[in-house]
Amino acid sequence: MKLDALRSERLPNIWCPGCGNGIVLRALLEAIDQLKLDPDKVVLVSGIGCSSRAPAYTAFDNVHTLHGRAIPVATGIKLANPDLTVIVVTGDGDSSAIGGNHLIHAARRDVDITVIVFNNFNYGMTGGQGSPLTPVSSITTTAPNGTLDRPFDLVNLAAGAGATYVARSGIYFTKHMVDHIRKAIAHHGFSLVDAVAQCPTYFGRFNKKGSAGQMLVSQKDWMVLKSVADKKTPEELVGKTVIGEFVNIERNPAQSGEAPKEQA
Amino acid sequence: MPEKKTYKITHNRKWCKDCGICVAVCPKKVFEMDHNGRQAIVNPQDCIGCQMCVEHCPDFALIVEEVSHE
Amino acid sequence: MSERVVLMQGNEAVAEGALAAGVRFFAGYPITPSSEIAEVMARRMPQVGGTFIQMEDEISSIMAIIGASLAGKKVLTATSGPGFSLMQEGLGYACMIEAPIVILESMRYGPSTGMPTKVSQMDLMQTRWGTHGDHWIIVLSPSSVEESYQLTIRAVNLAEKYRNPVILLSDETISHLREPIDTSTTPTLVERKLPVDKTGYLPYKTDASLIPTIANLGTGYRTSFTGLVHNESGFQTANGHVAEALIERLRDKLFNNLDDIIQYESDRVEDADIVFMSFGITARAVSEAVESLRSQGRKAGSLRFITLFPFDDDRVRSAAGHARTVVVPELNSGQLVLLIKRVFGDSRQIVPMNKINGDLISPQEILSFVKEENL
Repeated sequence: MKLDALRSERLPNIWCPGCGNGIVLRALLEAIDQLKLDPDKVVLVSGIGCSSRAPAYTAFDNVHTLHGRAIPVATGIKLANPDLTVIVVTGDGDSSAIGGNHLIHAARRDVDITVIVFNNFNYGMTGGQGSPLTPVSSITTTAPNGTLDRPFDLVNLAAGAGATYVARSGIYFTKHMVDHIRKAIAHHGFSLVDAVAQCPTYFGRFNKKGSAGQMLVSQKDWMVLKSVADKKTPEELVGKTVIGEFVNIERNPAQSGEAPKEQA
Repeated sequence: MPEKKTYKITHNRKWCKDCGICVAVCPKKVFEMDHNGRQAIVNPQDCIGCQMCVEHCPDFALIVEEVSHE
Repeated sequence: MSERVVLMQGNEAVAEGALAAGVRFFAGYPITPSSEIAEVMARRMPQVGGTFIQMEDEISSIMAIIGASLAGKKVLTATSGPGFSLMQEGLGYACMIEAPIVILESMRYGPSTGMPTKVSQMDLMQTRWGTHGDHWIIVLSPSSVEESYQLTIRAVNLAEKYRNPVILLSDETISHLREPIDTSTTPTLVERKLPVDKTGYLPYKTDASLIPTIANLGTGYRTSFTGLVHNESGFQTANGHVAEALIERLRDKLFNNLDDIIQYESDRVEDADIVFMSFGITARAVSEAVESLRSQGRKAGSLRFITLFPFDDDRVRSAAGHARTVVVPELNSGQLVLLIKRVFGDSRQIVPMNKINGDLISPQEILSFVKEENL
């Protein structure tokens, strides 16, 4: 893969050693490359957090917005210029906590944008606080005795809100991740990829997940391909995270309210 | 018998943060962390060009290219 | 050119003014007393090939118009106090990235949900200082339906010219007032400056105008926007000198052009011994009161702020004449008067006149006030 779209003069990146964000960013660049999109017509929009720094390492137009607000900005960009491919780069806290309302409404409207959630189960930028995707009982700086709150299932959340393409992948499975990000971008309608990354510095350390390398490779143990999971019982899937494509439906223009050109 | 393919590993020291992910994902033990905790390429001759290290490097610090024998 | 006089509601005039100014993107959320603007836009935008979207809240409304603005559209949102509170983070972001946007804020009684259908002028300081951090903003204040139309066009032009958010500060009464207005004049439209050469393109590099020439998204310039302090390249920096220079430039790009931005309307201040300073709907009562006082032989005058911010003390001082007494009627507990006191210090008698029961100040009340206070 050529990394033409990488803004090399901005590297090294700000992320901690072993952070999963760089791996998702690479997969995103690879997916865009495979789609042969006109790089002048790609816009990356991000919120606030570690992951939201990713677009500034690319040579595309990029808009680093406010915490949680990438999706409405992306909505405005896409509606103003439908020729653009608009991709939101966001984190688990950015997209599902402070930006959660925008997420479900963009899914409901079926806006033709793609949301890539760099999901590392905590707020890294601010020091390892819990997010709405932090698993129950996990240690965070805001749950020193273990998280009591149940997490969202981001895939079901997006699907329930009406997203027409939803997938999940993990950073160990790089080709799988590239494939699903590529399909999400190519999809006409609102698409979301829950890109499971890692934060060895906080979430990993607090929850004794081992080194960055061990955390990464462990995805083999706790992730299950959807095709495999479909043949298993719920009991067999306890503690497992299913990866693959969950929603891929053709957009219904009448339902998704394609704007009429003119109303006299 | 076809000649064994060989690969050139380029490591960008300035971008590498010595996280050890390449050590963990390489199936041929090409990399090691040295006694200072720095990433080291110790067995480049064993590289099979699988790109696992490249695709998993969070810092874009590795390139693995096939060496042509012409 | 033939006159085209139509009866219009204040909110409708804002919507039509925006369309005349070239606004082709509106995002908003229902709120009294500005909802009619969204309703008119929902009907009118498709007719002119523009886009209307009802967002999930005011936060997303302002963020959506910022996105559309970066993509090259002239944009508007409309709200009232509670919604404007939610928009503050987006307002600061637009200041920082220099996105041209226009926000119509129709003041109702506050704080909180207050009295949604009652008028006030309680959000004046919020327009200036609502968002955090040092920032500069243009605030225009119409006092009629006709002016709502004209100032909306001016607001869009100023936003595009200076790459800055512009707030149209209206109120419940003007929003819902119906008056005849003339929409026949073809407005002069201002387009934002765009770069012409990709070589050496630096989005935030400026010439003497201090206004950056930033490309629209998707035009091949590969721009980077961030609300973080950024250098000329648009990329984040924590360099204190760069930060200082940026904040100073954001101020100076407006303050170097006050002649262009600031508009006041003064009435007989030259020989006046009592001058009323006001804005918006209250200025209409002032106008009648001045007329009455003059007919009684009292040398009264008035200064109406069409541009509220930037607020320039020197200009106010020189526009105020030499009146010993300055009365500041407003529908709040005293906000404009703070600025007036700053301008004059102890050199004149500054008299606040406040009304906070949700009703307008009438001309008769002003006359009684002058009498009772022995002004």
